[in-house]
Order: sequence, then structure tokens, then C-alpha cells
Amino acid sequence: MLEIKDLEVSYGMIKALKGISFRVDEGEVIALIGANGAGKTTALHTITGLLPAESGSIRFDGVELTKVPAHKIVAMGMAHVPEGRRVFANLSVLQNLRMGAYTRSDRDEISRNLEMVFSRFPRLKERQNQLSGTLSGGEQQMLAMGRALMSSPKIILMDEPSMGLSPILVNEIFDIIEKVKADGTTVLLVEQNAKKALSISDRGYVLETGRIVLEGKASELLNNEQIRKAYLGE
Amino acid sequence: MLNFLTYFVNGISLGSIYAIIALGYTMVYGIAKMLNFAHGDVIMIGSYIIYTSMVTWGLDPLLSIVIAAAGCTVLGIVTEKVAYKPLRGAASSLAVLITAIGVSYLLQNLALLIFTANPKSFSSVVSWDGISLAGGELKIQGVTIITIITSLIVLLALQTFIKKTKQGQAMVAVSEDKGAAALMGINVNKTISLTFAIGSGLAAIAGALLCSAYPNLTPYTGAMPGIKAFVAAVLGGIGSIPGAMIGGLLLGIIESLSKRYISTQLSDAIVFSILIIVLLVRPTGLLGKKVQEKV
Ligand SMILES: Nc1ncnc2c1ncn2[C@@H]1O[C@H](COP(=O)(O)OP(=O)(O)OP(=O)(O)O)[C@@H](O)[C@H]1O
Ligand SMILES: [Mg+2]
Repeated sequence: MLEIKDLEVSYGMIKALKGISFRVDEGEVIALIGANGAGKTTALHTITGLLPAESGSIRFDGVELTKVPAHKIVAMGMAHVPEGRRVFANLSVLQNLRMGAYTRSDRDEISRNLEMVFSRFPRLKERQNQLSGTLSGGEQQMLAMGRALMSSPKIILMDEPSMGLSPILVNEIFDIIEKVKADGTTVLLVEQNAKKALSISDRGYVLETGRIVLEGKASELLNNEQIRKAYLGE
Repeated sequence: MLNFLTYFVNGISLGSIYAIIALGYTMVYGIAKMLNFAHGDVIMIGSYIIYTSMVTWGLDPLLSIVIAAAGCTVLGIVTEKVAYKPLRGAASSLAVLITAIGVSYLLQNLALLIFTANPKSFSSVVSWDGISLAGGELKIQGVTIITIITSLIVLLALQTFIKKTKQGQAMVAVSEDKGAAALMGINVNKTISLTFAIGSGLAAIAGALLCSAYPNLTPYTGAMPGIKAFVAAVLGGIGSIPGAMIGGLLLGIIESLSKRYISTQLSDAIVFSILIIVLLVRPTGLLGKKVQEKV
């Protein structure tokens, strides 16, 4: 479904991705793990067009994405929950969710989608008229996920959805990711919380300073000696 | 008392014009994060278009305003595309600011070349004489009333557009976070273009009202109202639409009353002093809000 080949990305003179390749198949949850500054966010931003690729290719359902502008990606069926949530603080919860469906025009489908998001995140329904800037961090994360789901995506990229959340909320967020998968949506999950991420993933890739250094089945990675030391703190 | 009222109403009218101009400033700032110092000169170009269409071609005033609004809209979109867009992202905000000042001089010199520096006497787009109250003691000119009504309509239309339409919501989204807006499928460049188009169209309307109230059109006509509208936008809280409206009105009233009660020469100085005082007390302006960010 999504295939990245030899992707290189630089910020000026600094090369953040030094030729990474990975793929995400339909229906999978793929974990992309790595330490701070490994290049995880850079990879996601390049896939959805927020950053230009220097070389390499990104193919999504057979279409080359590297030349597609960012605003055309979501309509192709790819949603991105960015790092740090980035909800629109001056818009209400409901308005944010409607923004997620910006490229869609099928009113009935959108309201059905909205009901689905509300049933998944009851707290958003309660607070639908509240300004998003006044939501708690966890609620903002739910809103960012709900907003992405409003585009009814085939694949959803999530950048550290558990960042800064209490353990209970982290569990809640991971439960939701599993439900998203159960609904048939493919997930590319970037996480620092490697253990949790791998435990709900099918496969995983480990990124280290711009290179993929390890890949495999999630269950294998969870038992890998190297990973246990570096990322699971064991 | 009647005297006070006359000046007060005139102040509201002048303030309404500042408000319409300030709306353009504030919207462009909110979305493109730039101070478009050429905005005042768009007013001047719009006024010349109205003058040409009304006086030279003898067209209907309303039609002339429509032509000017269309012309300024195009002018706004083109300057953004040609002068500002190439600088977006890469260049420092200083480069954009200097470019805007350059565009301002370019427009003034263009007008100088085409229309010369001789003042054109503008005939009012409003033919209505107005009303007299208190047995003829208090006269309110037609153009004063029309100006106030127009600015109210503009404000309401703009608020409705932003709150109720998809495009308007896209504007809010772009003003907050261009990257996140793009992820929603919003074409950021188009949204910025649209903002320039709206701001410049409003400038044409402001030009029509301004020159109807002060019928002396030169290539420098837009400069001072432009600066004062900028002050109004900052006073109200730059980026805030109601703020621009309130800032504009306050500025107009203060200017008008200080001309009457303090000194004509000092009125501009007073206006700017008030700006400085307000900014010392409330750096974000009257309605400007601090951006709330949660980590
Ligand atoms: N805008 C930028 N300009 C210059 N360098 C950048 C920029 N953004 C990221 N980098 C650099 O690129 C590298 C990869 O950053 P990236 O944000 O992709 O890491 P990450 O894996 O997402 O880290 P984290 O887990 O902390 O979010 C880092 O060395 C970072 O300093
Ligand atoms: Mg990151």
C-alpha cells in the first residue's frame, strides 16, 4: 500500500534521512521506532508532502507522492496526525473535526463519520462547542486523531500519539489505535514508547540517525536483545 | 453639545473607513504573517479607478466601485504572487516588509506617471444629502451615514464568511498552522491569495468612501489613511477582525474629537501617542489574544 524507497531528506546541510526504505501493507499496523532526533517525524512529514524529498521514492497505491503537494494527499486516502497534535486552537472541537473532512462533500457520509468519531471519543462529543485551545493535552490528542479519522482515510500516520500523556490515557490511545485497525484502516505509528507500539503492531522498523537499522515482526523485535537494551530499558 | 455630536458622528464615519482598511491589514497579517505596507496605496489605486470610471467615462458610481473592487482584487492577487509569494518561507520577514514598502512606492510612482501629481477633485459616490436633526441644528451628511452603514455590512459579511463558510474556516486554519491546514487538504497558497483578494477589494470600497468624504485625490492619498489603519489594526489587536473594527472606530473618534477640542495640528500626534500607551499597557492590543499553546 505504502512503499518508501531510498528516501533522503535534508535540512540545509544536515541530512536527516540517509536513504531509508520500508513498506506498509494494507491492514497492517507498522511501528516506526527510534530515539529523539532519529528522523521519524521527518519521514512522516516527507510522506505527506510537508517536506520535500531530496531523492528516493514514496509510492502510495502505486502513485508517486514525492511530487504531490501536501494539500492533495488527504483526498488520496492518507491522513496524518502530526507530532504535538496541532489542533486549530481558535476553532471549536466540532469545527476542527469538520476541517478533517475538508476535502469531502458527501454530507450524509460526513455526519455518519462524525457520529463514529463521537462514539469513539465520547469526550469530544461532550465538548464539541469548546474552543480546542482550551482542551487538555489528552483531549487535544483525541481531537487530532478524530480529525484525521474524519477524512475516512485508508491509511493513517500517527506521530507520537502518546507523548506527554498519563499512563491511563496512553492505554486509552493505544486501545483506540487497535480499534482503528480493526475497522480496516492501515496505521503507520511513530512512537518513542517502543514497547507499547510494538505490542499492538504487526511489524516494526527501527530508525537510528537517519537509517533503518533493524526491521522485522513486532513480536521478534520485542524479544530482540539490542532493542530490549536500547529502547525497552531492560 | 450638538457640536460635539457632529464631531463624534464624523469621527465614527472616519473611523469606519479606517476600520475597513484595517480589516485588510489584519486579515493579511493573520494569514500571511506579513505587514502589507502597500495596502494604503491599493486604496489610492482603487480611488483612481473609480475616478476614471466615474469622471472620465461617466459611468454609474456603484458600477465604478464594482470595477474598482475588481481591479484592486486583481492587483492584490498579482502583487502577492509576484512580490510576496517568492519570499515566503525562505526569506526573513524583514525582506517581505522591505518588499512591501517597495511595492508601496511602485504603486505611488505608477499613479504619478499616469495621473500626475495634480490633485483630482473626486465627486462623491454618494449623491444623498443626508439628514438634519434638532431642527436643522445637527446635519449629518449622506456620505457619513452611508460610510457607517457600509462598514457595518462589511464587518457582518466578513464575520459570516469566516464563521459559516468552508473557505472562511480554512482561513482561520491557515492563519493558525499552515502545515496542519495543508494536511486537512487546504490549499494554503490559494487561501492566502483569497485573503489578499478580499483585503484589496475592501480597500477599493474604503477608497470610494474616503474620497467621497475628502474629495482630493493624489498619488499620496492612500499613504496616511493606510498608516492610521495599520495603527487601528495594532490598537485593536493585529489579526483580530473585531479588533480592527474597534481600533478603527476608536481612532476615528479620537482623531475627530482631538481636532475639535485640542488642536488640528496635534491630532495625528495624539493618535500615535495613544497607540504607544495602549501597547505599553496591552502589548497584544485591545482584543489581541496571546496564543494558547499546550504541550
Ligand atoms: N526544521 C529543522 N531544521 C533543521 N534540522 C531539523 C529540523 N527538523 C528536524 N531537524 C533535525 O533532523 C533530525 C531528525 O529530526 P526529527 O524531528 O525527524 O526526529 P524524530 O525522530 O521525530 O525525533 P523526536 O522523537 O524527538 O520527535 C534531528 O537531528 C533534528 O535536529
Ligand atoms: Mg518527532
